Amino acid sequence: MRTYGRLLALILILAVVLYPLVWMVGTSVKSPSEIVNNIGLIPRDFTPGNFTSGWTKFDVSFGRFFLNSAMVSLFTVAGNTISCLLAAYALGRLRFRLRGVWFAVMIGTLLLPGHVLIIPQYILFRTLGWVGGDWPYLPLLVPAFLATEAFFVFLIVQFMRGIPRELDEAAVIDGASPYGIFRHVILPLSRPALVTTAIFSFIWTWNDFFRQLVFLSELRDYTAPVALTLFIDSTSESAVGPMFAMSLLSLIPVFLFFVAFQRLLVEGINTSGLKG
Amino acid sequence: MIREPAVPAPTKPGRRVRRRRENLAGYVFLSPWLLGLLGITAIPMLISLYLSFTDYSPLISLGDAEWVGLDNYRRMFTADQSYWHAVTVTITFALVAVPLKLASALGVALLLNRTMRGISLFRGLFYLPSLLGGSVALAIVWVSMFNRDGAFNSFLALFGIEGLPWVNDPDWALYTLILLAVWQFGAPMVIFLAGLKQVPVELYEASAVDGAGPWRKFFHITLPMLSPVIFFNLVLETINGFQGFTSAFVLSNGTGGPVDSTLMYTLNLYIKGFVELDMGYASAMAWVFLLVIGAITVVLFTTGRFWVHYSDNEER
Repeated sequence: MRTYGRLLALILILAVVLYPLVWMVGTSVKSPSEIVNNIGLIPRDFTPGNFTSGWTKFDVSFGRFFLNSAMVSLFTVAGNTISCLLAAYALGRLRFRLRGVWFAVMIGTLLLPGHVLIIPQYILFRTLGWVGGDWPYLPLLVPAFLATEAFFVFLIVQFMRGIPRELDEAAVIDGASPYGIFRHVILPLSRPALVTTAIFSFIWTWNDFFRQLVFLSELRDYTAPVALTLFIDSTSESAVGPMFAMSLLSLIPVFLFFVAFQRLLVEGINTSGLKG
Repeated sequence: MIREPAVPAPTKPGRRVRRRRENLAGYVFLSPWLLGLLGITAIPMLISLYLSFTDYSPLISLGDAEWVGLDNYRRMFTADQSYWHAVTVTITFALVAVPLKLASALGVALLLNRTMRGISLFRGLFYLPSLLGGSVALAIVWVSMFNRDGAFNSFLALFGIEGLPWVNDPDWALYTLILLAVWQFGAPMVIFLAGLKQVPVELYEASAVDGAGPWRKFFHITLPMLSPVIFFNLVLETINGFQGFTSAFVLSNGTGGPVDSTLMYTLNLYIKGFVELDMGYASAMAWVFLLVIGAITVVLFTTGRFWVHYSDNEER
């Protein structure tokens, strides 16, 4: 009996939690008049028009915005995974001078708010001609290739601590150098941590707004989140449907990642913070 | 909680050569990170510190920034009303959202902490908002939901209550954003669940023998045993809470309105730096922000000593 009570409570909470998502899906296929009159979850008639009109609402099509977002996200994934893996191998497995100091510095940058650095970074990148340059994504991507996302360095270090040290030692006896050990022992065994890093970097970059807002100024370079804010300017009733349709589309990649990697994502947060 | 991994000293012959090689390899592998530390973090921090004592707009070169001493800080603390308003908004946001979010996370985690079929499905679905909630798209949906004719008001209408245009009401707008933050309770919940799994069952069994009821078990076993995890979540969520930007930007279309009621600190910083192009002043704001976040972290860690219990048999 108590189990049923518990289950009922969980289902009720879940219904409240999921309501906004379901409502978004419903609204995105409602006609403009229905958006005003029918506030319920299910549309009376299904209108895909919001998707077509939203797609071409601005001078540049949403296809371009999504492509830009995908490009930024995929490059960031590559950058984070490679650079954070290299840093983590050094900090987690190698012995070198000042290692303890660098490790402490890395932990220190974990809690450093990104907003604090945005102004000098903007000035720096602008001086270099990167902001609004030939390829305006450099300010977004270069930091990723320099392992500035300390969270991932930490996550991979934590994971590498679990790889038995006897493997390194055996490799050393076989004459392997630190590079050989990296290539043949650590890299293949770190795959789970790298997959977690890749997935989280994709989702965070795809959702990121602040840096993209600051660094992208031309409409054709906009990523999906920056483009979505254009809808907010036009608050007319007819814009609500397209706005919802494009918002929904922009959430789909993250949702697919969630469906595919649910277990890994949930476990990812656990291993990153504390063991257990 | 965080400790650097121990590396045993090598014992084989040829140790000196190998050590030198490993030393070099360490710096080779670390070089991208070191470059980032220098170019993306350390040097920008110094530039920012310098700028905070100047009057600077990005239209002029860095060398032409006019030195104004402590003027920016003086203006911030004594003359700029909107600054203090933003501070109040941010503190309100963090003070209300963080406890509510953690309480929801813990509550649902306790409900889920049973072996029951479908538990991982529940866990996943509760976690979903944490993945989607930080996006512009969801903020847009959220704001529409709390509009005058949004879904929330039509829900209230079922009970004959006439709702307000919540997002346009200076008294309520911030609370809709707080609710959006609380809605993303899934991430701390997952961490709570992992923590709950670590609590030894014997403790509950022993206390049941002693006749302890559910409340006593909760306050005398669950909470103390969970305190390291509560602490971890508290630090993380507080620091995140102070940095809320996206939802406030979307609700107010980047202005912090209505009547500055959603002017979060980072949004204010963005407006001063990138809309008004007053980058010297915005840099001063950034530094105060950094120091305050640092101070809050120190306070949390200091007070944490009094209520966080680490059990002895666990390696930490």
